[in-house]
Amino acid sequence: MEMEKQETYDIMAVCLLAGKIMLQSGAETYRVEDTMMRIASSFGAYQSHPYVTPTGILFSVEGDEPTKTKLIRIVERTTDLEKVAQVNGISRRISAGEFTIEEAYKELKMISASGSPYSLWIHVLAAAVSSGCFLIMFQGEWRDFLPAFITGGLGFLSLLYFHQLVPIKFFSEFSASLLIGLQALFFVSTGIGGELDKIIIGSVMPLVPGLLITNAVRDLMAGHLISGLAKGADAFLTAFAIGAGIAVIFSFF
Amino acid sequence: MTIVEQIITSFIASAAFVIIFNGPKRSLFHCGLVGMIGWIFYFLLETNGVDMVLATVIASFTIAIASQYFAKKYKTPVIIYSVAGIIPLVPGGIAYNAMRSFVENDYNLAINLAAKAFMISGSIAIGLVFSEVINQIIRKSKLKTIVNKTH
Repeated sequence: MEMEKQETYDIMAVCLLAGKIMLQSGAETYRVEDTMMRIASSFGAYQSHPYVTPTGILFSVEGDEPTKTKLIRIVERTTDLEKVAQVNGISRRISAGEFTIEEAYKELKMISASGSPYSLWIHVLAAAVSSGCFLIMFQGEWRDFLPAFITGGLGFLSLLYFHQLVPIKFFSEFSASLLIGLQALFFVSTGIGGELDKIIIGSVMPLVPGLLITNAVRDLMAGHLISGLAKGADAFLTAFAIGAGIAVIFSFF
Repeated sequence: MTIVEQIITSFIASAAFVIIFNGPKRSLFHCGLVGMIGWIFYFLLETNGVDMVLATVIASFTIAIASQYFAKKYKTPVIIYSVAGIIPLVPGGIAYNAMRSFVENDYNLAINLAAKAFMISGSIAIGLVFSEVINQIIRKSKLKTIVNKTH
C-alpha cells in the first residue's frame, strides 16, 4: 500500500516536471494538458486531471486510494521551442514504454537544466538579420537595410540587457523600443537612413509578441478561456509597451 | 526582381525568428520554408488587389497546412512551424501607424488603423483554426473508415 502511494507521487512528479518545462517554454495549454495526461496514463494512472494556466499547474490523480492533488507555480516564462520539442519526444518515448519512471524523471531534469542551443550573439545576429529582411519585405529601400540591421540588433540586445537589470517585462520592452526609436531617428537625421517609419517597423519586429498572440487565440478556440485571456493580456501589454516607447519619440520630435 | 527579393528575405527572416525563439536546429530550414510560402501567398494576393484581410486568411490557412504537414512528417510540435510562418503576417506596420496617429492626435485615423490591425490579427487566427478543423475532420473520417473496415 505504502509502495503504491509512493509510486503515484512519483508519476505525478514526472508529469508536473514535464508540464512545467513545456509551459515555461511557451507551449500551448492544450499540448501541456495532453502531454501530462498521456504520461500519466502510460505509467498506469488512467484517471488524471491537469488544470493548466499560464501562472500555475494543478494536477490530480484518481485511483483506488484517495485522490492526490499537487500544485506548482510558474513564475518565469520564456520562449524555448527546442525544449517543447524535446519534452514532446520524451512523452512519445514514454508512451512507447521505453522509460521507467526514474529514467523519465532524470531525462526531464536534464532538459530542464540545459541552456539555450544558441549563444547570445547568435540571438542578436538573428534579430539584426530579421530586422533587415523585414524592412525589405515591407517595401523598404535597400539603402535602409544597414540602419535597420544595426537598430534591430542593438534593440534586441538592449531588451535582453534591461530584462536582466530590472525583471519587469513592460519596462525592458518599453526601454528597448525607445532606444530603437532614438537610433532610427539618428540614422535618418544624419542622412544614412531614408524612411524613418520603415526602419522602426523593421527593427521592432523581433520584439513583437507573435508567439503569444497565436497561442492566445489557439487556447481561446480550444476552450481554455482563462489561459487564452491571460496570454492575450500579456500580448497586449507587450504591444502597448512597444507602442509607448515609439510614441515617446514621436511626441518629442 | 521584387518577387525574388521577397522570397529570399522572407525565408531568412522566418528562419532567424526561429533562432530567436530557440527553435530546434534541424527544423530551421523547414520553418524558413513555411514562412516563405505564407508570405509569398500574402504578397501576391495583396499586390494584385485582394483585400488585406482576405489575403491574410488565405496566407495563414496555407501556413497552417504546411506546418501540419511538416509536424506530421518530422514528429515535432506544430507550433514550431506555425509561429515562424505567422510572424511576417502580424500587422506590425499598421499597429505602428495607428500608434503614431494616436500620438499626433489624429484619433479618427488612429481608430481606423487600430480596427484594421485587430481585423488582421483575427483573420490570422481564423486561418489557423480553419485548417485545424479541416485536419480534424479528415482524421475523424479516416478513423471511421478504419472502424468500419474492422467491424
